[in-house]
Amino acid sequence: MNPVIDIHGLSFSYGSVPTLSGIDLQVTEGEFLGIVGPNAGGKSTLLKLILGLLKPQSGRIEVLGRTPCAASRLLGYVPQYPSFPRDFPISVEQVVQLGRLGLAGKGAQRDGKRHALWPGRVSSADREAVRSALDEVEAGDIAKRQIGSLSGGQLQRVLLARALAGEPRILILDEPTANIDQRMEGEIFDLLEALNARLTILVVSHDVAFISRYVGRVACINRTLVCHNTDAIDGNVIQDLYGEPVRMIAHSHSH
Amino acid sequence: MDFFSALSQHAFLQTAVAAALLSSIGCGVMGTYVVVKRIAFIAGGIAHSVLGGMGAAVYFGFEPLHGALPAAIAAALLIGWVRLNWRVQEDTLISALWAIGMAVGVLFIAKAPGYQADMMSYLFGNILLVPRESLWFMVALDFILLAIVGAYHRQFLAVVFDEEFARLRGVPVGFFYLLLLVLVAVTVVLLIQVVGLILVLALLTLPAAVAGHYVHSLGRMMLIATLLGAVLSIAGLALSYGPDLPAGPTIILLVGGVYVLSAMMAQILDRRRARLAAALGARQGGPGE
Repeated sequence: MNPVIDIHGLSFSYGSVPTLSGIDLQVTEGEFLGIVGPNAGGKSTLLKLILGLLKPQSGRIEVLGRTPCAASRLLGYVPQYPSFPRDFPISVEQVVQLGRLGLAGKGAQRDGKRHALWPGRVSSADREAVRSALDEVEAGDIAKRQIGSLSGGQLQRVLLARALAGEPRILILDEPTANIDQRMEGEIFDLLEALNARLTILVVSHDVAFISRYVGRVACINRTLVCHNTDAIDGNVIQDLYGEPVRMIAHSHSH
Repeated sequence: MDFFSALSQHAFLQTAVAAALLSSIGCGVMGTYVVVKRIAFIAGGIAHSVLGGMGAAVYFGFEPLHGALPAAIAAALLIGWVRLNWRVQEDTLISALWAIGMAVGVLFIAKAPGYQADMMSYLFGNILLVPRESLWFMVALDFILLAIVGAYHRQFLAVVFDEEFARLRGVPVGFFYLLLLVLVAVTVVLLIQVVGLILVLALLTLPAAVAGHYVHSLGRMMLIATLLGAVLSIAGLALSYGPDLPAGPTIILLVGGVYVLSAMMAQILDRRRARLAAALGARQGGPGE
């Protein structure tokens, strides 16, 4: 089977210091991949390269058999920090509706290029998709609320709904639980586990112990990339990655 | 003399009121985008560089307004291009364009042959001198503005709300950002006739900012800002008429006063709401959401 994300010899640097070098990564359809690594290790940069928001200096990225830019409409992205002001006058429903932009209407082919330039209103199919995306993340009851009035966990669900509204084939999340408490973290990951039944998922996290209960494989990034199956993760792997011994915390209690 | 009885007699006053109404549409619609996207500084840069175009038009013997529109659009495209491609020191570059545009305008006007145009009326506007023919020009600008915003309001919302996400959805962000700035430029030209290019920034942003104190969607902000702009500019005109004050500064003082009062009131309302919520939470004895 062809990988849905295929990366060969990828290198990227912002300035003179390389952020990523010689990255090889293949993600197969239906996979739930965790990406971990120290701060400034290049996790978010790798996501941005896959999304086509950054261009690599060398190497090749193919997403769903096309260039990252051409594939970006088939990806659902949940950023680490919302890139909008929290006091923006917009409702939850309207935020999720923006996820429908760039999507071809019924009967049209899936290459939504035209739709993003197409003037006009929100269709009934759009409304339907927005409602089901909000229901799926259990945020249907806050559809009319202003985004400024949401808690961190609620906002995270809304951003996930916005990503789902675009009917993505791959879901890409950057530290989706960095700003919320542990109970919510469990809820969000339970949700992702359910979504994994129909979507390929890439999730960046700083908490390797926590995510290894959910993901099938962990990519460890610290400028270079090493993959591990989650059952093989132990203290040595983490020590290699972070460069110093990290105390592993048994995570057997339920959240 | 009573403004409203004068209004029924004097054609120039009727023209002035029509100009105020026509410009308030641009003020409400584009002012809302300027406020939520926080590009008042860019709008200021566009407004002030317009003097370069007006000066050049005067120098070469055209109507100043006919120089204002191309100058505003050129300034919008230049500033937008700087912002999109040259993010370093964006504010410095915009201030440079701001000042250079004005300097060019002042030099052209100083060297304009023959009749020296009254620079004060470009800088501070004179709504009473708006020629009747300009009304059709303003109608056309309003029409273009509403047509484009009506057709592309989803794309504009995507771009002003979250550029990165809009780009991922395949929206040509650079194109819509520049289009937005061009429409801001068109609005600036509309408003310059009412209050002049120095004061235009207040009329562009303050009615939308006041609306933003009370309503929380772009559409409603646009509607209320338009109504507010219309009411306040006509009220300013009426207030200035009796004591024979310049209309532009009177309108701006009125708009500014309303904004300050509204900002204070919004603050008080917010505090009271927070107090009530806290009291309610305490009575229920549990944490709120």
